[in-house]
Amino acid sequence: MKKLNRINDFVIRFANVNGSGSASANNLFAKAVFRLGVPVSPKNIFPSNIQGLPTWYEVRVCEKGYLGRRGGYDFIVAVNGQTLKKDYEGLESGGYFFYDSTKSLTEDYTRKDITLIRMPLTDICNREIDNPKLRPLLKNIIYVGALAYLLDMDFSILTDSIAKQFSKKPKLAEPNIRALKLGREYASEHFAHTCELSLKRSDKLAGHILIDGNTATGLGALYGGATVAGWYPITPSTSVIEAFDKFTRQYRMDESGKRKAAIIQAEDELSAMGIALGAAWNGARAFTATSGPGVSLMTELLGLAYFSEIPVVLINVQRAGPSTGMPTRTQQSDVLACAYASHGDTKHVLLFPCDPKECFEMTAESFDLADRLQTPVIVMSDLDLGMNDHVSMPMEWDDARRYDRGKVLDRAALDSMVRDWGRYLDSDNDGICYRTYPGTHPEKGAYFTRGSSHDEYAAYTEDTDAYKRCMERLSQKFETARDLMPASHIQINANAGTLGAVFYGTTTNAANEAIEQLGEKGIVLNSLRVRGFPFKDEVRKFINSHDQVFVIEQNRDGQMRTLLITELDLLPSKLISIAHVAGTPIDALSITRSIEALLIDKPKPETPKGGAA
Amino acid sequence: MSSRRPVFRHPNLPKNDLGYTRRDYEGLDSTLCAGCGHDSITNAIIQACFELSIEPHRVAKLSGIGCSSKSPAYFLGKSHGINAVHGRMPSVATGANMANKDLLYIGVSGDGDTASIGMGQFVHIVRRNLNMVYIVMNNGCYGLTKGQDSATADKGSSSRKGRPNPFEAIDLCETAVQTGAGFVARGFSGDKEQLVPLLKAAMGHRGFALVDVISPCVTFNNTPASTKSYHWARDHMEATATFDFIPSRQEITTDYVEGATQNVTLHDGSVIRLHKTDNSFDVTQRWSSLEAMEQCREKGQILTGILHVNETLKDTHDILETTDKPLNTLTEKDLCPGNQVLTKISENYR
Repeated sequence: MKKLNRINDFVIRFANVNGSGSASANNLFAKAVFRLGVPVSPKNIFPSNIQGLPTWYEVRVCEKGYLGRRGGYDFIVAVNGQTLKKDYEGLESGGYFFYDSTKSLTEDYTRKDITLIRMPLTDICNREIDNPKLRPLLKNIIYVGALAYLLDMDFSILTDSIAKQFSKKPKLAEPNIRALKLGREYASEHFAHTCELSLKRSDKLAGHILIDGNTATGLGALYGGATVAGWYPITPSTSVIEAFDKFTRQYRMDESGKRKAAIIQAEDELSAMGIALGAAWNGARAFTATSGPGVSLMTELLGLAYFSEIPVVLINVQRAGPSTGMPTRTQQSDVLACAYASHGDTKHVLLFPCDPKECFEMTAESFDLADRLQTPVIVMSDLDLGMNDHVSMPMEWDDARRYDRGKVLDRAALDSMVRDWGRYLDSDNDGICYRTYPGTHPEKGAYFTRGSSHDEYAAYTEDTDAYKRCMERLSQKFETARDLMPASHIQINANAGTLGAVFYGTTTNAANEAIEQLGEKGIVLNSLRVRGFPFKDEVRKFINSHDQVFVIEQNRDGQMRTLLITELDLLPSKLISIAHVAGTPIDALSITRSIEALLIDKPKPETPKGGAA
Repeated sequence: MSSRRPVFRHPNLPKNDLGYTRRDYEGLDSTLCAGCGHDSITNAIIQACFELSIEPHRVAKLSGIGCSSKSPAYFLGKSHGINAVHGRMPSVATGANMANKDLLYIGVSGDGDTASIGMGQFVHIVRRNLNMVYIVMNNGCYGLTKGQDSATADKGSSSRKGRPNPFEAIDLCETAVQTGAGFVARGFSGDKEQLVPLLKAAMGHRGFALVDVISPCVTFNNTPASTKSYHWARDHMEATATFDFIPSRQEITTDYVEGATQNVTLHDGSVIRLHKTDNSFDVTQRWSSLEAMEQCREKGQILTGILHVNETLKDTHDILETTDKPLNTLTEKDLCPGNQVLTKISENYR
């Protein structure tokens, strides 16, 4: 048997029982890799459950800097009896199977192509740890200590991390550090020269941070000037509001200890959106955060915001649908539901962040865009981005930056106005009209906001021409939005290339890696990462300048492909869907294989949707 | 509906303390049916705001969907207003109030908008104790869709359709008391003498104030067998203790006999003086209010007047401990911690 022998390039998976305290031990390991300066991408694959069901934590270590999922795993810490067999069978050939040997493996564990690492974790705990309550928690720390030896890690990184984590409660640090040492000692006595995977200090990370997208999003709302948030708890968006709440308690207190933010946990998502809309109507920057089922409930109010032109921000941390779907698994499956949310002719501005830094930037930017365009803006994050830690460049803020509150008339502006004011009068010919906040002026600027048809002066109307003028102006406003969208990221690998790839959000890392893998095999693709909707002109140009374009995304139906075809009036056969529907983050290998397979067996024009990764 | 009235004002029209005439509180012409109870309530709102000398532009009007929810267009034409979607006015009002705590929020809803589609939002805005006046124009039916029974229609009551309603009625006043409202009153659109001071007291209360107004639908629900008709309401109205509303600026001069009145001082300094009668009860106690309402319900009576007052409750802003300045007036300087802080925050993620 040939053992896998690699430095800083492998995938390690932890198989645990949910609620057993494994998360903090596994995080400790991932953070240690990060602090060694090695690019790392941890993915928590967890159940919709508080205690008892299987949960996995996958850590990809990659000196080359690929941060998407690779596919497969080379080392498994198998400490969950429920999934032991599955975890055993899924291990890559030449890999390492680390398990709690307090209980022996049964006879059907017969693989000859892997290395077994037997560690009696439960026995060690029972023998060495007096407090039975601490045993299950410290058992996890013990295997991290063992990993430090097996992977030849700098041990001080782990002990320093523990010390930092418990800096306010040093008493708790002590048993953790002891557990780390117990693990390392046992491993050094029993597993010399067993594992040929190793972690070496590197310089690939300079100035980076390791942060989850939801925290960065909450920070974006803080910096973007949000003051009102209505919300309803739903996985995976809850931690956006928790972060916003935490940061406003730290950085948004007035001199008397009162808060410069109002955060209301509503009775449901209808109310959450109603709160954001009401606050935005009244001149505050307001938002809500939710996931698929919440988006469904919010659509009626999104229609009101669209038609009555109220700037409101919605953070959609997407999860696997439809219906309740897989609430703790990731997907990019709300693209169409959000682009056209609500009945009647509605269209919404979407932003697609791909990493925590963009979560921060796009969330902050979304408030400017919403105010400028007087329309809802939806930030399309997802569970993978929102809840997993990601290596990211640090966030930055230009202190000279001023909020763009858009076209708002204050008292002085109303007083100096010579022409007639109408709330929906488009005097600049960009589809955007001038609004006023309630309470501004004793005589001027008052109007009645309504979701029923209205004329330029906000009066109710069923006049066909007035209705048409309003609907056409809203279309024109969407054209104005097009120019304000963030630029697409375009990567040209072959100037006269005929093949292109389009992707967005959390598909980015895996897609970029797949494009490199394909490049090594002589298949050269140019790529474009969509960052906003409505699509900027370069998206159409990019697609038009290639013969065939793969649209890579994480949903069944190729929703972005549909949106591109519909909005850019493209020939459907030109766009080929590479769709990943597993509910786990997309990986490079399956993209590569799908594209290869499609190029060998070229699809006929009438069945353009061939790929399924 | 968008027709504009003549701007001519008679020079001798009476003016309030701010120099406004009653006309300054009016809105567009109503498009509701002639004789609709809602128009009387609209007039009572205009009268109350005029008499209290409220600056018209410092009011925000909110409504849901339905006949009732059209009415904000017919009063306070100098105020901003918003017509939310059906049943969702409470959440929109919550957000609006969070953005600016300095305006007077008047919400207008109907029995369908509040007791059916908006029931969830209604009880939760009560729980939050949002500082607003919430008026229900309660006619026991869906007018705009031609007269279906609503959830406040009494069991056995018949509308023009002629079929007695087989379902139990929801009493919004009882619901509001149970869920913690600090001010609950019921009026009748046909009794302006009582309704105007009820609305004024509601405006003086800080926190959530419900004014449930029986408002007959002349087109679909004004039949002899309807308990929401004009004549039924007149015949079955049972007032709680009669009361005087004494605005904060007015000196309390009249004498009163010890034990015969109960004074409740509202947040803005105005006083509700309740004159005790055989029907009266302690309006400051939840159980007492609920008992009085239940007793009248059993007798088939409609209990009107001030049903519950509690001036000790914190409103939503107090509960959330928001800053004194309206949130919608805060700027980058107040809100954005700047790049140096961001660099420091980033350190925690290394």
